[in-house]
Amino acid sequence: MAARGIAPTAVLLLGAAYTLFPVSWLVVAATKSPGELFSTATFAVGTGLLDNLSELSAYRGGVFWLWTVNTVVYAGGGALLSTIVSAVSGFALAKYRFRGRSLIFNVLIGGILVPAVVLAVPQYLLFAKIGLADTYWSVLLPQILHPYSIYLARVYAQAAIPDSLLEAGRLDGASEWRLLTGIALPMMAPGLVTVFLFQFVAIWNNFLLPFIMLGDDARFPLTVGLYTLLAAGANQPSLFNLIITGALVALIPLVALFLTMQRYWRTDLAGGAVKS
Amino acid sequence: MRTTRLAVAAALAAAVAAGCGSPEPAARQSGSPSAASTPVKLTYWTWAPNMDKIVAVWNQAHPDIQVTVNKQASGDEAAAKFLTAARAGNPPDLMQAEYQHLPSFVAADAVADLKAETEPIRGEFSEGLWGLVTLGTDSVYAVPQDSGPMMLFYRKDLFDKYGIAVPKTWQEYAEAARRVREADPKAYLGTFSSKDPGSFAGLAQQAGAQWWSISGEAWKVSIDDAATTKVADYWGDLVKEGVIDDMPYFTPEWNKALNDGRLLTWPSAVWAPGVLETNAPKAKGKWAVAPLPQWSAGENVTGFWGGSSTAVAAGSKHKEAAAKFAAWLNTDPQAVDLLVKEAAVYPAATKGAAALTGAPGYFSNQPGFWRQASAIAQTARGFTFGPNVSTAYSVFKDAFDKAVQAKAPFSTALRTVQDAVVADMRKAGFTLAQ
Repeated sequence: MAARGIAPTAVLLLGAAYTLFPVSWLVVAATKSPGELFSTATFAVGTGLLDNLSELSAYRGGVFWLWTVNTVVYAGGGALLSTIVSAVSGFALAKYRFRGRSLIFNVLIGGILVPAVVLAVPQYLLFAKIGLADTYWSVLLPQILHPYSIYLARVYAQAAIPDSLLEAGRLDGASEWRLLTGIALPMMAPGLVTVFLFQFVAIWNNFLLPFIMLGDDARFPLTVGLYTLLAAGANQPSLFNLIITGALVALIPLVALFLTMQRYWRTDLAGGAVKS
Repeated sequence: MRTTRLAVAAALAAAVAAGCGSPEPAARQSGSPSAASTPVKLTYWTWAPNMDKIVAVWNQAHPDIQVTVNKQASGDEAAAKFLTAARAGNPPDLMQAEYQHLPSFVAADAVADLKAETEPIRGEFSEGLWGLVTLGTDSVYAVPQDSGPMMLFYRKDLFDKYGIAVPKTWQEYAEAARRVREADPKAYLGTFSSKDPGSFAGLAQQAGAQWWSISGEAWKVSIDDAATTKVADYWGDLVKEGVIDDMPYFTPEWNKALNDGRLLTWPSAVWAPGVLETNAPKAKGKWAVAPLPQWSAGENVTGFWGGSSTAVAAGSKHKEAAAKFAAWLNTDPQAVDLLVKEAAVYPAATKGAAALTGAPGYFSNQPGFWRQASAIAQTARGFTFGPNVSTAYSVFKDAFDKAVQAKAPFSTALRTVQDAVVADMRKAGFTLAQ
């Protein structure tokens, strides 16, 4: 037992080190003042964390916090709407027989293969045509329909909800709506948490779609906003310390979300492994 | 198909101007009081710092034309984003356009011809800068905002220590490079960056290169002309000899080398103090500035690296108002003064030199910094960028990167760039003169 446990643990430790290394660099670098950033040793802790934070808060009248709120709206709202859409469509695809079901499902599978990046420009052209470009909706709407989430929801619904349960419900006179909200959704909850987390992280980190869609910097999410600090032109000193500190602050909500939802996440990973 | 893209663009802009021009003045005459009650709203994409503060001054004085700044990220992505927005019919009214991207905007019919509106301010700019916004045609596609005349930044303290005189010619620069290697085996006089085609373009301009030109209705591409080949081989030989380093600019290792005094010069542009201040804070007060070394003794010329202009989108509904703002922003004494103080740009307008007082903090030991900079700026040679600079620059990076790794002749890499640019323009349907 002990011998068998060593190799996987070692691999996991290696993986953890691999992923945590850049993050730890970020944490250390965020503590450095602009003068220390390129002159002190890479992992020497600096003295500028508080200055960086207050400078970041003050930058252009606190626009960083506006970007943070925007990101929460995009990621939270988008992930929630996307989860609802995925749950309903996944349930329908798994539990109802109707004409064109497999066609729809195959199209969705095909959709998984198309990277969202490829769609950003055509989506922008469409949104510009209907006058929705450069609005909150232009970032929210394209991320609501997410083929992979629907696929996950379908797989989960198929495995987690026994047909007999739905039949029993029908015999007792429950409406289809009642079956969905009363039986299906609660049973799918762990899977839906996965879908929500996936989408939340994806939207939180999304760069290209908001970059193309939005012109007004008051609607930018953090990714695009921080990028304006990075590519600030040659005329002013680059604001590396603010970018690094901003990136660190932008990570905190994600870490918090994972820590609080880890429980569901874990259940689901195990569940999915067996049932799909 | 797109045989005379540029000519068509010009004709189209003229037609649009003529088409909208006739009803507009009439409407304006009868409705000028009402224009004040419903102000024209303009959006302006820019990345210059504090531009909103400068625009606030304009908005205060012009209640009938209200400009909103949308701060953007700079660089090639900004240009791509503007082109996409223009294609979707949804562009901002005004756009900060780097000189090297302007021709691609023109080829895509994305910017308006401002010839009539800019006639009164034409004299505010030097011939070389004006050529960057006319592309050598009769049209005017933008108003110059800032410029990046190139000069030589060098470590005065280390030059003194090693007894090296400031090189007046590139020949002397090469000799100085060898001296530095002897004096301190860990240090280099400079580095050749294969990742910064803009810098190389500036050095080629100094040598008299003319990569793109328009003759009649056809483009001529001569990136591998004699002047550029001379510049390429000069640097290629120094890199091969090992007396010039080959690390790219703007990397952490480059920052460190600057900080530690292991790089003694940087042939860069007037905006370099801002970069040095961030990336090499330890060396503050140790740098000095001189004109670029020359190709023949007694000459006094330089090139441009960077700089941008204010363009008006062809899709703007208020071109006239936008042109008025663009002209004010870049030539009005108060605006130019603000550009210098708030946006930290090196103004394109010739009279902007008056607004440059004191010296950049990093060069506080050189009170004459700006006087010297503006004297150097007057010696910049003209240049015309082509419609596919981004292709040229990305091929440059690949080809020169490989040449640096393999210590291969740079002139071969240069020919690769020339061939790729010609092929790309052919594919896009441009007519090429041979």
